[in-house]
Amino acid sequence: MTDLPASPPRRQLGLVIDLDICVGCHACAVTCKEWNSGGHSAPLTDHDPYGAHPTGVWFNRVHAFEVGDGDGNSRTVHFPRSCLHCQDAPCVTVCPTGASYKREEDGIVLVNADTCIGCKLCSWACPYGAREYDQDAGVMKKCTLCVDRIYNDTLPPTSRVPACVSTCPVGARHFGDLGDPDSDVSRLVAARDGFALMPEQDCKPVNRYLPPRPRRAVAEAPALAAPADPEEDGGVLARWVDRILSR
Amino acid sequence: MHPAYSVIAFTTASGAGYGLLTLLAVFAALGLLPADRWFGFTAFGLAFALVVGGLLSSMFHLGHPERAWRALSQWRSSWLSREGLAAVATFVPTGVFAVVWVVFGRNGGAAAAIGLLGALCCVATVYCTAMIYASLKTIKAWCNGWTLPGYLAYAAMTGALLLNALVHLWGFDRRAAVGALALVSVAVAALVKDRYWRLIDAEPSVSTAETATGLGGLGKVTLLEAPHTEENYLMAEMGFKIARRHATKLRRFVLIVGAAVPFALTAAALAVGGGAAATALVLLAAIAGGAGVVVERWLLFAEAKHVVTLYYGAGTA
Repeated sequence: MTDLPASPPRRQLGLVIDLDICVGCHACAVTCKEWNSGGHSAPLTDHDPYGAHPTGVWFNRVHAFEVGDGDGNSRTVHFPRSCLHCQDAPCVTVCPTGASYKREEDGIVLVNADTCIGCKLCSWACPYGAREYDQDAGVMKKCTLCVDRIYNDTLPPTSRVPACVSTCPVGARHFGDLGDPDSDVSRLVAARDGFALMPEQDCKPVNRYLPPRPRRAVAEAPALAAPADPEEDGGVLARWVDRILSR
Repeated sequence: MHPAYSVIAFTTASGAGYGLLTLLAVFAALGLLPADRWFGFTAFGLAFALVVGGLLSSMFHLGHPERAWRALSQWRSSWLSREGLAAVATFVPTGVFAVVWVVFGRNGGAAAAIGLLGALCCVATVYCTAMIYASLKTIKAWCNGWTLPGYLAYAAMTGALLLNALVHLWGFDRRAAVGALALVSVAVAALVKDRYWRLIDAEPSVSTAETATGLGGLGKVTLLEAPHTEENYLMAEMGFKIARRHATKLRRFVLIVGAAVPFALTAAALAVGGGAAATALVLLAAIAGGAGVVVERWLLFAEAKHVVTLYYGAGTA
């Protein structure tokens, strides 16, 4: 239903993305594209993929930002962006057909591709660009939080996490119940001061981003020992004593 | 925002159609329009052609137009759904009014009452259309108090200019009353538009690249590298940018061709009074007004920035 769930979902599943660790390898983006080429959202259409102007549907994108004032303290931050499965998801309430909905049991926001009319209003309502239009299917598609993976009994338990989380080679992505203050992800967010994106948009996103850790202060150049002054050598005897005593 | 021609065609055409239907009802209820059947046939024909043409155009904007009926179900939460319901509901009283006028040659009394109910439905439909845009927090150029008045004012203006042309073509006695309303409606629309532009030019941005990334505490945030080298849906739909100098020229077009010209022509027609000259003037006024509203609606999209562009290099949106 495109009313949000009447009572807050029992679990608020979401992602925690560590901007301190992300190296911008795009593995999560590619794996997401691959996983969703089969199953729930398949296929993710590409147009002119080998031609001059390729374009296609992706759920996860990795941006790179330069942050700082250019005074030697600037840094590059790699920034994966995907659906934040908001608590007050505007994409859900603007949908005229009820195709866009938030699940009561776990808070995942999904699109019912059988009833979506492809009016694109949900993508206008989403501040984060989580929803894309698939030209071939004529419907909107978005991150499913790998709903077809996290509950999939045919996968070993350790694989029952979103594809992007399992593939991240540096462990910058985490998955869990952000509605439970005692869950691992919630503790992580609390410990690292995780934040939500664009809180002023009032979407109450569930996903959290962990800020880059502060840099070490740029160390002073190590003090060099004063060069030996040949005039103050002390003479041959002093050098001989020094050599003896230094053995 | 990318100005989609189907949506521009929908909002301008249906706005004009609903405006015309509303004014037909109001002037008939005031007894200022004779229940001439051919006049009715042409006026309602034009109005319904605009409304239906607009609605069909908006359906072609959909990925699955055959499922469009589902869009009537979520009126509890969605302005788009409410607009669909209102549009469907509007056909009933306006259709009855049209039949009574054209077939039975009556437009007073009970017929006028039905007409006024239809007029209310027309206003409600335009209201819902405007609220679709005004309710989107992601686009601050739309999410303000002047968007809704703009939609209503331009629907009234285009409807009034069309009605004025029709009453001149039929040479009705009370055409001056319609001409006077047309003058007022053009002035009001221009005023509302001017206020709207002042507001969006002055409005400070709440969302910035810093709030979008949450990294403002570390300093200024600028895009180093976009996530993809080619365009994608988001940039095609929401990355449209218009240069300030082009926007300025188009705003001038709206104020001249979409306001000053129809105002002058309508005033001249009032001065002339009647005959072929006045009819030609008001027809030109209607055409100029139509061109103006299309550019106005195009600009409404072109000057709107979506906050997702903050992830793609915009500093503010």
